[in-house]
Amino acid sequence: MKHVDEYRDGKLARAIAATIAAEADPTRDYAFMEFCGGHTHAISRYGLEDLLPANVRMIHGPGCPVCVLPIGRVDEAIELAKNPDVTLATYADLMRVPGSRGASLIKAKAAGADIRMVYSTLDAIRIAEERPDRQVVFFAIGFETTTPPSAMAVKLAEARGLTNFSIFCNHVLTPSAIRAILEAPKTGGLPPVRIQGFLGPSHVSAIIGTKPYDTFVAEFAQRIVVSGFEPLDVMQSILMLLRQVNEGRTAVENQYIRAVTPEGNRAAQALVDEVFELRDSFEWRGLGAIPHSALRLRERYATFDAERRFAMTPIVASDNPACECGTILIGAKQPADCRLFGTVCTPETPMGSCMVSSEGACAAHWTYGRFRDRARASAGRAAS
Amino acid sequence: MSETREPRLRRRRMDVKSGRVDLSHGAGGRASAQLIDEIFRDAFSNAWLDQGNDQAAFDVPLVPGGRMVMATDAHVITPLFFPGGDIGSLAVHGTINDVAVGGAVPLHLAVSFIVEEGFPLADLKRIADSMGRASREAGVPIVTGDTKVVERGKADGVFITTTGIGVLAPGVELSGDRARPGDVVLLSGSIGDHGVAIMASRENLGFETAIVSDSAALHRLTAAMVAAGGTGLKLMRDPTRGGLAATLNEIATQSRVGIRIAEEALPIKAQVVAACELLGLDPLNVANEGKLVAVVEAGAAEAVLAAMRADPLGREAVAIGEVIEDDRSFVQMTTSFGGGRIVDWLTGEQLPRIC
Ligand code: SF4
Repeated sequence: MKHVDEYRDGKLARAIAATIAAEADPTRDYAFMEFCGGHTHAISRYGLEDLLPANVRMIHGPGCPVCVLPIGRVDEAIELAKNPDVTLATYADLMRVPGSRGASLIKAKAAGADIRMVYSTLDAIRIAEERPDRQVVFFAIGFETTTPPSAMAVKLAEARGLTNFSIFCNHVLTPSAIRAILEAPKTGGLPPVRIQGFLGPSHVSAIIGTKPYDTFVAEFAQRIVVSGFEPLDVMQSILMLLRQVNEGRTAVENQYIRAVTPEGNRAAQALVDEVFELRDSFEWRGLGAIPHSALRLRERYATFDAERRFAMTPIVASDNPACECGTILIGAKQPADCRLFGTVCTPETPMGSCMVSSEGACAAHWTYGRFRDRARASAGRAAS
Repeated sequence: MSETREPRLRRRRMDVKSGRVDLSHGAGGRASAQLIDEIFRDAFSNAWLDQGNDQAAFDVPLVPGGRMVMATDAHVITPLFFPGGDIGSLAVHGTINDVAVGGAVPLHLAVSFIVEEGFPLADLKRIADSMGRASREAGVPIVTGDTKVVERGKADGVFITTTGIGVLAPGVELSGDRARPGDVVLLSGSIGDHGVAIMASRENLGFETAIVSDSAALHRLTAAMVAAGGTGLKLMRDPTRGGLAATLNEIATQSRVGIRIAEEALPIKAQVVAACELLGLDPLNVANEGKLVAVVEAGAAEAVLAAMRADPLGREAVAIGEVIEDDRSFVQMTTSFGGGRIVDWLTGEQLPRIC
């Protein structure tokens, strides 16, 4: 674990923080988005906001797969789990995600549904092998990092002749969501916000490389720094973004040279491409429908597709209209601006996507950062 | 000030008519607290229970000045045997500790077993022997008990409930509502060992660690602390389910104060950090079974800390932070990076049964 500690050195972080403070132009405001919930978590967990100057602001993006899963998909999973033939295998963090009318997998389990918490797709395959009498469905969710294991599981199930295994596919794509955020001002659906650069998730780029981001530089004059997840990586990447702004550059840069290349992992890409294809459109909780932003199983692997095997019908459900996730996710508002924040909406009773997992913007602020609200409120009063 | 006060949780009450108990109600987080509040506290309410401590202290009628402490704890852990202990030793230690952190000298234990039909006698004997050994080592005998057997499938192997009583020396008044700004928060040793040992011993996690549970009886340590701290010792708690984070939040809420701790002061074993990393857990939320937290007046901190370090179970004791004024009852931590964050209760259930 030496490896991890090297990237958590408090002194080094403070040194980078001092450089950021020295190089930040006091006449400018900097707004960067960390796309990924993992980065949001690192920023909140280590209190990195306190290390940044007041004019460098981080906007928490939508890159938390649990958070952006629409309520309707949760409802569908609950329906599926109620099927007496089905054993639903799921990651623990999906258990509490509320569907419509307060339903959740954890409650469905308490009411008798056969739901198992697993740590990997392989656990789900193993359950399917041990229980040939059960239809085992893996609740697949995640960005590009978790897609190859799902593809692998499907191929493994086929190779082993498993007829009782399928996946409920909710895999989504990072670049499509970044595009949706950048196009938000144009489409007029959401209020505009000036994001001057993105932190891109390194584990996603370990698979897809950095190339898919080149278009954001060309089309939107944006800046992207692909960043590791250790707090030091994040600080260093923020410094790289800030320098691009100061120098008037727009580029895709790679902070995480430890494991990311421009091309990414070709073998994993081929595997995913063999098993999955693009959906025309997919609903993101908090952001709405985004074209070509998610995957489904190809026709060739249709028998492993739970949606087709169980002829699942799409369920449409909407969030509390007072929920501000859509505006928070594009940086136009902050969690404490939502009138449901901390009153009816808490991590125990989330009303919107950003409160669902600790990686969501509202939950991270509630769990780690809400002590700052009073300081912010009194600073606001003093200023006015 | 009032307009910036954190809004009180307008929490919806539980749906008693059609709701069901789910795993989050047993995880030691807010859902557990709500279950206890709305089902049990409503039904039992009395002066002793309502204090909300892990044990109750009461006067003994007919004995002038006599005071006793009582506590009970159910154990449903899987697996039954784990590195550093088993459900039996855990059931003995857990209840002794609940009595001991109330400041009392534990005297006797009662035990009740719920055993599933088909459970191997060899395992039952192994558990009973382990309980006997643990209680003899602690000098706290098991003086009465009960056994029920239920049909296969109606329990999972064996569930054990232990109840303990102890006596309080005159003048010892410990309670979770006694922390005041300026008090020092002490911790007896490394956190997260028990929870990680349990998770590692579940085969499906597929990783090995050298970590063993810290399960131990803390009553000798607490006796030394009571002696050294005198009236400067405000309260003690053992951070079991929900980990250090839950315990500190309970104290802050009960005492209506804030607590600020320093991440750099927290003793956490490297293997525990690594395992938590892998599992996506925060060591602050992971259970302990042989550790305690104490809140002491600043003037008594040195003496209590020295007494702790003189006991084998408190050798690594450290001061981890202080009690501060905060009407929102936040527990805050200065991270190793110099930033600040809240240390919150665990939300919902993270993993299956650990105690
Ligand atoms: S606090 Fe809750 S309701 Fe408000 S924006 Fe966040 S998730 Fe939505």
